[in-house]
Amino acid sequence: IFSKASSSLEDVGESSSETDEDEQPIRRQEGSTDLSAEYWGIQKLAKYVKGGDPTATVIALCSMRDFNLSEETCQLAIKDTGCLEVLINLLDTEEIKCQTGSLKILKEISQNVLIRHAIADLGGLEIMVKILGSPDTNLKCLAAETIANVARFKRARKTVRQHGGIKKLVELLESISVGSSYQAKDIETARCAALALWSCSKSTRNKKAIRKAGGIPLLARWLKCSHTNILIPIVGTLQECASEPSYRLAIRTEGMIEDLVKNLSSEHEELQMHCASAIFKCAEDEEIRDLVRKHEGLQPLSALLDNSENKQLLAAVTGAIWKCAISRENVLKFQEYKTVETLVTLLTNQPEEVLINVIGALGECCQEEENRGTIRRCGGIAPMVQLLTATNQALLVNVNKAVGGCAMDPENMLIIDSLDGVRLLWSLLKNPNPDVQASAAWALCPCVENAKNSGEMVRSFVGGLELIVNLLKSKDKEVLTSVCAAIANIAKDQENLAVMTDHGVVPLLSKLANTNNNKLKRHLAEAIAHCCMWGSNRVAFGEAKAVAPLARYLKAKDPLVHRATALALYQLSEDPNNCIIMHENGVVKLLLAMVGSTDDALQEAAAGCIANIRRLALATEKAKYG
Amino acid sequence: AAMSRKGRKLLVDSLTRSAKHFSKSEVECLVKLFDTLVAKASSQYAGAGFDRTVFRDTLYSAFGMTDDVVLDRVFSTFDKENRGCITVVEWVEGLAVLLRGTLEEKMKYCFAVYDLNGDGYISKEEMFQMLKDSLLIQPADEEPDEGVKDLVEIALKKMASTYLYVTFLLQDYDHDGKLSFTDFEKAVREENLLLEAFGPCLPDIK
Repeated sequence: IFSKASSSLEDVGESSSETDEDEQPIRRQEGSTDLSAEYWGIQKLAKYVKGGDPTATVIALCSMRDFNLSEETCQLAIKDTGCLEVLINLLDTEEIKCQTGSLKILKEISQNVLIRHAIADLGGLEIMVKILGSPDTNLKCLAAETIANVARFKRARKTVRQHGGIKKLVELLESISVGSSYQAKDIETARCAALALWSCSKSTRNKKAIRKAGGIPLLARWLKCSHTNILIPIVGTLQECASEPSYRLAIRTEGMIEDLVKNLSSEHEELQMHCASAIFKCAEDEEIRDLVRKHEGLQPLSALLDNSENKQLLAAVTGAIWKCAISRENVLKFQEYKTVETLVTLLTNQPEEVLINVIGALGECCQEEENRGTIRRCGGIAPMVQLLTATNQALLVNVNKAVGGCAMDPENMLIIDSLDGVRLLWSLLKNPNPDVQASAAWALCPCVENAKNSGEMVRSFVGGLELIVNLLKSKDKEVLTSVCAAIANIAKDQENLAVMTDHGVVPLLSKLANTNNNKLKRHLAEAIAHCCMWGSNRVAFGEAKAVAPLARYLKAKDPLVHRATALALYQLSEDPNNCIIMHENGVVKLLLAMVGSTDDALQEAAAGCIANIRRLALATEKAKYG
Repeated sequence: AAMSRKGRKLLVDSLTRSAKHFSKSEVECLVKLFDTLVAKASSQYAGAGFDRTVFRDTLYSAFGMTDDVVLDRVFSTFDKENRGCITVVEWVEGLAVLLRGTLEEKMKYCFAVYDLNGDGYISKEEMFQMLKDSLLIQPADEEPDEGVKDLVEIALKKMASTYLYVTFLLQDYDHDGKLSFTDFEKAVREENLLLEAFGPCLPDIK
């Protein structure tokens, strides 16, 4: 339910730290209006490129590379002198030396965002894709590497695909056999093709195109090679594409998890980071989480937590641990490696992208009772509660879950309460983001259940009961479900139930009754069951037309829904009018089947409800016939 | 004069060793081709070789090489004994470098081609000679030779170690502008594209 918090994924693991530059980039105004020395130098050379034969052109192109092409003044000079067009025109000739000389320059200057857009505008991409089919290996490599640079924005990636570039790149990778005896030029070709694919794979349609071109088995194949500078773009591509279920399936079935785990132990931090990112993304799938454990991936992940200097790596690793921890067996493994202890040390002094994942991981680990105690003993409760004051919504969602998890331990609850944690959670109900609201409400359930003097505590939050009752007006299903769960807990205190009744909790709950969502049905029924225990609420529920829909819940297939509904109906059946409605809705037959259930609570409630209905029927009979 | 079968076999064997890059059957083909060319040429050299004209025609039809200045120089590099004709040995060994030479062999070959007067240096004048037709489009306000002179300066600056770099705005050059083989070799190793810097003298892949 909290997969929304993976919004930090986009920032993790991308080697280009720029965000996507889809709009036409704006040129910074130059300070002086004088043209730079580089401008004149390049213009002079441009003359020979434009007006010379191939021999003169090559001399001029080689000379141009003596300028510092990584400097923006030079890059822009090439554009402003009209040299860029000429360079692209050269690509379209059959003169291999001219094409090579031109690409060597384009490869450098395409690092500049303005130049990239210009190259795409001038039709340079189409020509480079064509060159991917050239017999000259060197030329192919240069073209691929330049495409990798230019394809850093959406439109460029689309152009590459539309001109068959994805297919050609996949073919390039395919043409080299992955063996132990490579020639240097094979390594270079594979590296450049992989870089280009990685760049292109950032667009969803391209991910599909790569798959259709048969790219996935190739990626699996190349994942087994030992050259780091090929591995990095390959893993980068996989990590990028792992958001697609079809890729995750292939990652599972083609044995790629084993290779990813193996490379977690590489000496190269960049490779480690991409492997961890890939696992982060894939571990949405349960089978992959199991595979990571089976291939002994949890230990290296845990060990990498010690490398806290490299924040990008740390973010990727904590992310992978977070998602892997969704599976209980993995949490048990992590306990062996003392991962929870290490994670607690990362709760302070870390950038947000790391914190989100650390807290996410702790939230999952809290599902195991032992870890709740571990977190407390390591002094983790205080920093967690402190994080309830953060503003980052993804972070808050995870913090809420973690605090909620910890609150299931009464000793933790003491600390949380003393640090004002419950009040902080309660005020998060006011947060505009529904995910934050819902996660806060869920967290409040164990808090209310386990806090000392819970009823008083809740009453001490000014306007708190009104606030939570009003959340029943939300349009978000998750919010509604979680709030019902919380209300069910709060209503166990009579005074608070009275206050909530005053705020209109009965009609608000009744309005929600007509739902198809089983989870909501369950918690709503529980809330109704508990809210029956005040004044004339039972009658009020009946008048608010909640009974008939509730009766229909018994037809659902979920046993948890049955139990909650039976409880609610039992309470409601204390009122004779409600019994009539239940009888009319065929409740008796359905409940009879449940009387034989192994679930004690369900059994009792069902029996009690039927008894009430029968009693009323008898009394009615008697009244009729004297 | 026709060679005996044994003589021919000895020739092919020896050529296969000295040329290094061809197999025996390839050498045989080249020797056969040589005989055909000799038959075409004038009988001036009594069948020992063929002359410049035939050579240029052959290179043109086989490799599409058209530059006269360059072709002349290629002939001279083949014609090691300077007799005005190419013998079979010179033919096979020359082609070995042209078609399959290592980078070292090609560098030596190209340098020799460009070193018009054979003095071990490529001078500014020689560069001028080779590049003088390379500017297809001349700006109207410039003297026709200025463009080529500038190009020569650019090339020298790129490749020579003894050349003093001066900004473009000054026209004061160091007279000592010429390329030694060491300069050439260093420049080509750094940038392979400069191997044929002064004109195509190697066959194209196509």
